[in-house]
Amino acid sequence: MSETLVITGARLLGAESADIIVEDGVIAEIGTGLSRVGARVIDADGLVALPGLVDLHTHLREPGYEASETILTGTKAAASGGYTAVFAMPNTSPVADTAGVVEQELALGEAAGYATVQPIGAVTVGQKGERLAELGAMAASRAQVRVFSDDGFCVSDPLIMRRALEYVKSFDGVIAQHAQDPRLTEGAQMNEGTVSAELGLAGWPAVAEESIIARDVLLAEHVGSRLHVCHLSTAGSVDIIRWAKKRGIPVTAEVTPHHLLLTEELVRGYDARYKVNPPLRREEDVLAVREGLADGTIDIVATDHAPHPSEHKACEWQAAANGMVGLESALRVVHQSMVQTGLIGWTDVARVMSSAPARIGRLAGHGTPLEAGRPAHIALYDPSVAGVFTEADLHGRSVNSPYLGRDLPGRVQFTLHGGVLTVDDGAVVAQLRTADASSERGEAK
Amino acid sequence: MRHLLDTRTLDRATALRILDIAEDMSDTQSREIKKLPTLRGKTVVNLFFEDSTRTRISFEAAAKRLSADVINFAAKGSSVSKGESLKDTAQTLQAMGADAVVIRHPASGAPQTLATSGWISAGVVNAGDGTHEHPTQALLDAFTIRKRRFGDDSRGRDLRGVRVVIVGDVLHSRVARSNVWLLTTLGADVTLVSPPTLVPQNVSLWPVRVLYDLDQALAEEPDAVMMLRIQLERMNAAYFPTEREYSRRWGLDAVRVNALPGGSIVMHPGPMNRGLEISSDAADSERSTVLEQVTNGVSVRMAVLYLLLAGERDDERGGDL
Repeated sequence: MSETLVITGARLLGAESADIIVEDGVIAEIGTGLSRVGARVIDADGLVALPGLVDLHTHLREPGYEASETILTGTKAAASGGYTAVFAMPNTSPVADTAGVVEQELALGEAAGYATVQPIGAVTVGQKGERLAELGAMAASRAQVRVFSDDGFCVSDPLIMRRALEYVKSFDGVIAQHAQDPRLTEGAQMNEGTVSAELGLAGWPAVAEESIIARDVLLAEHVGSRLHVCHLSTAGSVDIIRWAKKRGIPVTAEVTPHHLLLTEELVRGYDARYKVNPPLRREEDVLAVREGLADGTIDIVATDHAPHPSEHKACEWQAAANGMVGLESALRVVHQSMVQTGLIGWTDVARVMSSAPARIGRLAGHGTPLEAGRPAHIALYDPSVAGVFTEADLHGRSVNSPYLGRDLPGRVQFTLHGGVLTVDDGAVVAQLRTADASSERGEAK
Repeated sequence: MRHLLDTRTLDRATALRILDIAEDMSDTQSREIKKLPTLRGKTVVNLFFEDSTRTRISFEAAAKRLSADVINFAAKGSSVSKGESLKDTAQTLQAMGADAVVIRHPASGAPQTLATSGWISAGVVNAGDGTHEHPTQALLDAFTIRKRRFGDDSRGRDLRGVRVVIVGDVLHSRVARSNVWLLTTLGADVTLVSPPTLVPQNVSLWPVRVLYDLDQALAEEPDAVMMLRIQLERMNAAYFPTEREYSRRWGLDAVRVNALPGGSIVMHPGPMNRGLEISSDAADSERSTVLEQVTNGVSVRMAVLYLLLAGERDDERGGDL
């Protein structure tokens, strides 16, 4: 199904140099001085080899919002960022709240081939927070949904949240909560604090996130269910998760790249590229989420890749849509905010951006160690380069990146999805060299 | 001066320059023929995405007295819900050759977006944006305070040592924000008095004092008391229990106004809710500057339009005010 590749001189998780042979979509051998007759040789001297990245929080917009992104364009963006699997959030149109929609997304992902697309199901019908969606049907469908979320909206009704947590236990599911008290954030436009006071923008207070997380970890403890907290953004949230983990509550948490790097000060120009939900927070919060990620309180980095067409951003702040694209830049931002600051190493990067998200989402065949016999999902990253992030670095349909014009380190040089090169020497491959990408999934599950 | 977007970034020298030119404009307004030829051939567009007859006619009068052509563009209802319309409207005005755009918009930051988007080359004057700023209101308030205090000797003077109390819904008030920055830049000592629910959650970086007790603030004998308009819908959002309680605790009633020292003035940006935040005794007293504020508003707006359109387009700072 795919060509045989000999990757030479790659630094495994940034450490010792080794050669990797990829054959039939799997890692056939890792060692030194390896070769294969007739195989293509990829010179990876100096490149960091990471397991293909896994994003637990992506908005692919299809079906329904194809002007922003499609599963094909979104997975190209993913590949360019070193991702080989993305979890697709269900706020599509129709909402992914039935087996039919999640199976359609799965099929579109298989057809695209640039990355494995694992649908996330909605918790409630239409994400309205009123009645549970058919979680069991989605779990039993060909999409094998294990993560459920009303992301974009909070499951704010405590009883619905309790029932959802309980219900998904029967198939080892997890509820990924968008923690935002709706009443405390009515009309909210940015983080509530000194900057919102000056700009006259309605505040999104930290307590609106923290109070929901506090409630949910207690609910998870009470019913003994897994809880995952989406895009945690405040210092107080880190404290609550730390407390909950110490107490043995089965909670996991994610932080976005933008909350690791950017602060609310950027809102001052009313440039809607910086409008996102949860909003950019204070410097103290940025430092706290970095520390939380470094010490394991926060389990993963997830992009919350949220494409929007330019007309939803080139307007008044209040009228603009929330969200930023992030797949293409995530690894570089983590490199800058976490690795270059000395907080974590490449082994940790592999954990927080690949193995842990795959484990939380119960996605077999992804986030596996770089060792013989494993599926060949590999990202080869050049940490030695740096450059200004431009629109040429974006490969999805939308360009609402907050990093345009910023210096970011590194570059994804190659991405292999099931042994197939999706990024070749820094460029997204236009035509994948595989006739049937769907066979890859058979191995993965 | 390229644009006037806020008072937060307005420096003292520029603020005084505007106020002093407004003095000159004010002098011309006592002549028999009020009209000056200064902006002949220039086009000023009043782009109002929100109803405000007072502010619009004040800008209109200011532009007309400088002989500019005025186009009133009432764009209410076509703003926030349709996103892109600000861009389309701006490009339309650009195509028509607007030299200055005076914009009133319900979204905070819309004038800045307009000025920095590249959609338009006209100078932009913020005539009130959401709950952000209303710089010409603050300028006319500062002008009024200065005029009452120094009379014909106002030119060149700042407000050092002047004690101003601003009372009411600071949270939702662009007038309060613009006054906080401008008055303190000019050296005034500003105290905000508000129910705790109606002051932003974190004003620790504002160069002001916040009190919750109006009587305590008035006991300090301030030079000016500025009452903000309270909007009754705030009551339904639980900012305060009843109109009556608000009026009793934060309203400028007859007893409070009569207890003020001789020279203190009472200000209100209008329109007033008589009997709510301000009593008729206060509004109609000798202390009240409400009508002077309206008159001075025209002079201040003449000064702003003059600096935008007749002055050098790029001043020494080379950019946005």
